[in-house]
Order: sequence, then C-alpha cells, then structure tokens
Amino acid sequence: MRVNMHRGRVGALAIVLSAALAAASACSSDDGKSDDPNGSSEKVTLNVDNFGNFGYQELYKQFQAQHPNIKINERNVPKLDDYLPRLQQWIAAGAGAGDVVALEEGIVTKFMAQPDKFVDLKQYGASSLQSNYLRWKWQAGISADGSKLIGLGTDVGSMSLCYRTDLFKKAGLPTQRDEVTKLWPTWDDFINVGKRFTDKVGGDTKFIDSPETYYNTILMQEAGKGANQTYFDRSNKFVMESNPAVKAAFDETVKMSDAGLANGVQFLSDPWSQALKKDAFATAPCPAWMLGLIKQFGGDGQKGKWDVAGVPGGGGNWGGSWLAVPTQSKHPKEAAELAKFLTSPQGQIAAFKSANNLPSSPQALNDAAVKGFSNDYFNNAPVGQIYGTTALNLKPVYLGADNQEVRQAVEADLRAIAQKKLSSSAGWNKAVSDAKKAAGL
Amino acid sequence: MAVDMRPATAAPRAAPPGRRSLRARLARMDLKYSPYLYISPFYIIFLAFGLFPLGYTFWVSLNHWEIIGGHNFIGLRNYTRLMTDDQFWNAVVNTLGMFAIATVPQLILALMLANALNRRLRFQTLFRMGVLLPLVTSVAAVAIVFTQLYGRDYGMINWILHFFGVHKIDWQANRWGSWVAVSTMVDWRWTGYNSLIFLAGMQAIPRDLYEAAAIDGASRRQQFWRITVPMLRPTIIFTTIISTIGGLQLFTEPLLFNFGYMQGGSLRQSQTVAMYMFENAFNRFQYGYGSAVAWMLFLMILLFSLVNFLLIRRFAGGEDK
Repeated sequence: MRVNMHRGRVGALAIVLSAALAAASACSSDDGKSDDPNGSSEKVTLNVDNFGNFGYQELYKQFQAQHPNIKINERNVPKLDDYLPRLQQWIAAGAGAGDVVALEEGIVTKFMAQPDKFVDLKQYGASSLQSNYLRWKWQAGISADGSKLIGLGTDVGSMSLCYRTDLFKKAGLPTQRDEVTKLWPTWDDFINVGKRFTDKVGGDTKFIDSPETYYNTILMQEAGKGANQTYFDRSNKFVMESNPAVKAAFDETVKMSDAGLANGVQFLSDPWSQALKKDAFATAPCPAWMLGLIKQFGGDGQKGKWDVAGVPGGGGNWGGSWLAVPTQSKHPKEAAELAKFLTSPQGQIAAFKSANNLPSSPQALNDAAVKGFSNDYFNNAPVGQIYGTTALNLKPVYLGADNQEVRQAVEADLRAIAQKKLSSSAGWNKAVSDAKKAAGL
Repeated sequence: MAVDMRPATAAPRAAPPGRRSLRARLARMDLKYSPYLYISPFYIIFLAFGLFPLGYTFWVSLNHWEIIGGHNFIGLRNYTRLMTDDQFWNAVVNTLGMFAIATVPQLILALMLANALNRRLRFQTLFRMGVLLPLVTSVAAVAIVFTQLYGRDYGMINWILHFFGVHKIDWQANRWGSWVAVSTMVDWRWTGYNSLIFLAGMQAIPRDLYEAAAIDGASRRQQFWRITVPMLRPTIIFTTIISTIGGLQLFTEPLLFNFGYMQGGSLRQSQTVAMYMFENAFNRFQYGYGSAVAWMLFLMILLFSLVNFLLIRRFAGGEDK
C-alpha cells in the first residue's frame, strides 16, 4: 500500500477511534447504572481480553447460564507480543480495555506498578480466596505498593519437552517418554541427541522449533538456580550483563543454532505454524500452555504424533497469567465475579481440561480430575501427573517492568544467529546493546 | 472575460438608498467571497486533519513524551538522538533501497507499457482497464499472497529457483532478498496505475508530430525518445513525485511480509522509516521520539521530491529547451 500522507496520524486516529468505539459499546449496556441493587436484571456485556489459548469457552457458557443478564465477549489475540501494546495503550488511555484482562508473567510487573488503573479485588470479596492459590502466585497479584489485590492467578507454565514420536523413530531414537527423558539429563546432551537426529533425518526437518522458545526455557531454569531474576533485578535495574543466567541461556541457545538444530522461524508466526504442520521440527519446549497451542496450530493431522517427555536441566517454569479488572470497566462488580469464577479451583480445572493450562491452585493441582488427566492428542501422555507434581514446588522468577521489550530484542538476535545472518561471536554484544535500547537506556 | 454580473445601477433607483447599498454590498461580497466558501471544505478538513496534526506532531517531537508520566519539553534533543541512532539510519537505508529498486523499474516498465497500449490494439479498452486490476486488489491480499510465494520452505519462487540449482533463499532474513520481495509487491500494484497516467499524457501529444517525424525517417524508437518522452515531461514529473511520496512512506507491504512484525526481520532487514516511526510511537510508546521520526520522514519526502523534480526536469527537458 502507498501509505497516505499522514500515516502515523491516521493510525493514531484509528486507534483512538476504535478505543472510543469500544468504550461506547461498553457504555451502551450501562444505562441502568450498575450500583443499582437490582442490577441483576440489567443487560451487561463483559469483554475479556487475553492471548494464546486460555481454554475458557465452556466456562463462559457456565457463567452466562448462572447470570442470564451477562454476555461474555472474548477478544483473543494469538501472540503476546501483539497483545501487550494494545493493552498498554488502552490502560494508559483509560478506555478500550476489556472488563477482565489477562496479565502474563512477563508483563505483569509493568501493570502492578500502576495500581490506580486496576480495581482492588479485595473490595469484591476476593480476600478470602488466598488459600485457593499457590502462595507466590497470590503474592504476585498484589500491586507493587502493596495496596491492592489486582490480579488473581490463572495458570502456571511448569516445564516439559514435547517431541514427535514418529520423527524420533525415523532417527532411530527411543520413542517411549521415559526413555526419551533419559536421553538428555543436560542441555548439552540434548544438543548431542539433536546432532544424531539431524544426521539421520536431515532435510527440511530440524530438531528444534525456534531458538527463542529454548532460550526462554533455559533462561527461566538458569534464573531459578541463581537470584531468581533475568534482565532486571528487583529494583528494576538492568542487570543483563552481570547476570550469569542470561549469558548461560544465550550461549546454550547459540550452541544449538551453531549445531544446525534450529529452524529459525519466529515462535507463533505463520511460518512457525506452517513448520509445525509440515513436520519441520521435532521438538518444542512445552510449558503446560504450549500443549494447547500445539494442538490448536497442529490440527488433526498431528494428533497422536506428539508426546511429552521431561525437560533437560530439571524442571522450570515459563509463563502463567493473572486476571485483572481495569478501573475503566463499567461493570467492575460483574467483572470481578467473572475473574473469581474463572480462577477458582473449579475454573482452573476446566481450563486445564480444555487447553491444558496448568492450575495455580493447590486444590486444583491435587484434584483427581487434574492428576489423572491424560491427553489423547499427545499420545495419551499423563500430563496431569507430568506437570502437576513439579508445579507445587515452583519458585517464581522476577521479571522486570520492561521484560517483554527486552526479551523481544534478544530473541530477534537469536533468530538472526539461527538464520546465520549474525555471527555467534558478535551475538552477545549486539543482544546487550539491543536490549538496552529496548529498555530505553 | 468581462461579463458584468452586478445589478445594473440604473434599475433600483426607486429603492431607498440604504437598502440599495446593502444589497449591492451583499452582491459584491457574494461575488468576491463565495468562491472561497465553495472551496473551503477541503481547506477546513485539511486544516483539521492535515495541518494541525502536522504542527501538533512537531510539538510532540520536541518533548520527552511517554505513555505514562506526562511529558516535558526537551527542545531538539529527540532529533540529535536520531542522528546517532543506527536503527533509524538502517530504516532510512532500507526505505531508500526499496524505493530505488521498486520505483525505477516500475516507472520504466509503466512507460513501455503505456507506449504499447497507445498503439492500435484489438480489445483496447480491455487491456487498458486490465493494467489497473492489481490496484483494485486489497493491499493485504497482495502482501499475503506474495509472502507465501516468497516462503522459505514452501514458497513457489524458491521451488522454481531450485530447478536452476539455487539453494533455498530465506527472503525475510536476507536484506536484498526482502528488498526485492517487497519491491515486487509494490510494482505489481502500481505499475498499471502509472502506465494509465502515462497513457493519458501520451494521448495528448499531437499526432502530427509523429507523422512529421515519420516522414523525416525517424524510427519508432527515435520517435519515442525524441517526441514521447520530452512531451511527457509534466506527466513524468507527476508520477515520479507521487511514487516518491508513496515509496518513502512504504509501510503495509514490508509489515505484512514480516508477518506483522514491526521490527521488520530479525536484524531489521526490511524495516522502513514508517515502520520505525510506528515501532517507537506505538510499541515502545515513546511518542516524542516517534514524532521526531515522523518529521524526519516528512522532510525526507520534501527533499526527495524536490531533487526528483529538478532531476526529471533536466533529464526530460534537455532537448526541447
């Protein structure tokens, strides 16, 4: 397209207009005013903003059945990278955001520093729910100044590794999940297996999906071994250069690319889902939420071809979210009810069954429905057991306010290395300088 | 032309003097100002949606302005920072590179095409309308189809190239590759448009010039270069400037080519200035800095349009002066 003369301004205008529209449509159901005690008969539409796959469709139906006056409208964005700027804009503008918004672990710090933008869920009876969540998950939902309970925990990532049994068979590797786990106690072992795989299979089929998924996995593991932080320390000081965890994860990922294991596609981009469908990668790191994404993008053709094994380097965690209600919501009471419902142990169990998002509620984790759950898409892997046992012992890693921006910059350089457009030796320095730029330093 | 539309002075004698002069004044005002009134909607809209944002953007660019925490005046510091920002210069190089490899072949091809369409052809209208078809297609559709054609693993272009022994090209990861890919999208859409404009210009050239030249023994080629091109000068200037404006503001094609990734490739291989402006303003939320990029883009377009105007005027006008 030829962009017309005032592209940027038109874009800005479009955003403002769409925000205004969204606000208007949110208002339109609001004529009765929600502080009316008999408000239950008034028609209310609740917008839910999230990304990836939260597995809430069934839960929405249940909630709507219990509250006939409420209609739920989910506005999903597949990629977190695309979700964050939208949400940030809406929250800052004071209009446009949904009544319930999802905050992922990598962006939650940014919003916890803006307590005035979010409703205190304690005012809506959430104080008594603390025992429903893992302790750290509950803590991380409290605003930076400690004044408000902003977010209720949804899921945690935990960590496993998904692999293609058919391709492993082709490479002469074991296919049973326990044996596969034994192949790679460490990431170096994993790389050696990858080399064996590449020698046998080769061609368009690479061993790993994209460098950034592995990088994030290793980064979270390494951070957990040290100070539980990545690019920023707890005072939001930029510590990427001095944090051995980042360097270790970066170097290990570069090793994978140098060994020719990486496909070099961007995670969750069109080429990634294409590669998934066309058997162009044999493994992917699998936090619990990844199971849902592989199923969603892989489609029926891949059913039964994947299985779930242990991850090299022990456990770990990547991902997990909170639900929050922005103060700009016209129906904070109903929205808070919905957030409580979706994050309740029962809600988390349902989300687990639907999208395998691992509960952050001890009750849900210990529930037989979770523990005994096996996933038929993944060759009937007992995913409830695989993930559930490690989740109770997870330690949270602190991710700074600008984590998402920095992460994207580092990932781009790792991709460039996998594409052989950036030399491995120059990679780290470029990543540090790009990261600083992204953090506004 | 001097048609006097004012009321005849003799007729309204009977009317009271005060009214008469009011009426006359109104009539005079009507004559004097109503043309301005008729053309005013454009200028009012331009003022509100063109000039004001332009000025406001400049004001924003003089501030440190982020999404939270208000703004403070920092003078030209955003601009001085831009001068040493390698990501900005990278975007400038990309934009100029894509502009050059898209626009030059596009205009030459359009000229050739127009010349061919200007001859007597069967189904003339069909062909003339046909070249416009790509422009009617939505830019998103064009970009998505081309991006698939240029796919690294499963794209048709790499598939064809492999018959010639060319190894798979990762079009997005290669700087030249991505420039070429984006340029073909631009050319696909705009060559037909430009050739129709050229065609319109060509049809205004008097036939007798060609007849005279033919009698003098000038070949078709000589006629084209000695008559058509010089006579088309104003049209060429117009298309060049329009292409310059469009080419330097390139945004959607490279964005969709990179799957909506505002960085435009892992190493910003095909990030244009417009994308960099958007990245700063709406991904990094540095409104001040993004506005500074917008103004640099504006100045760039002014500069390049001027340079092109002077160049083309010299090139195409050398012979008839």
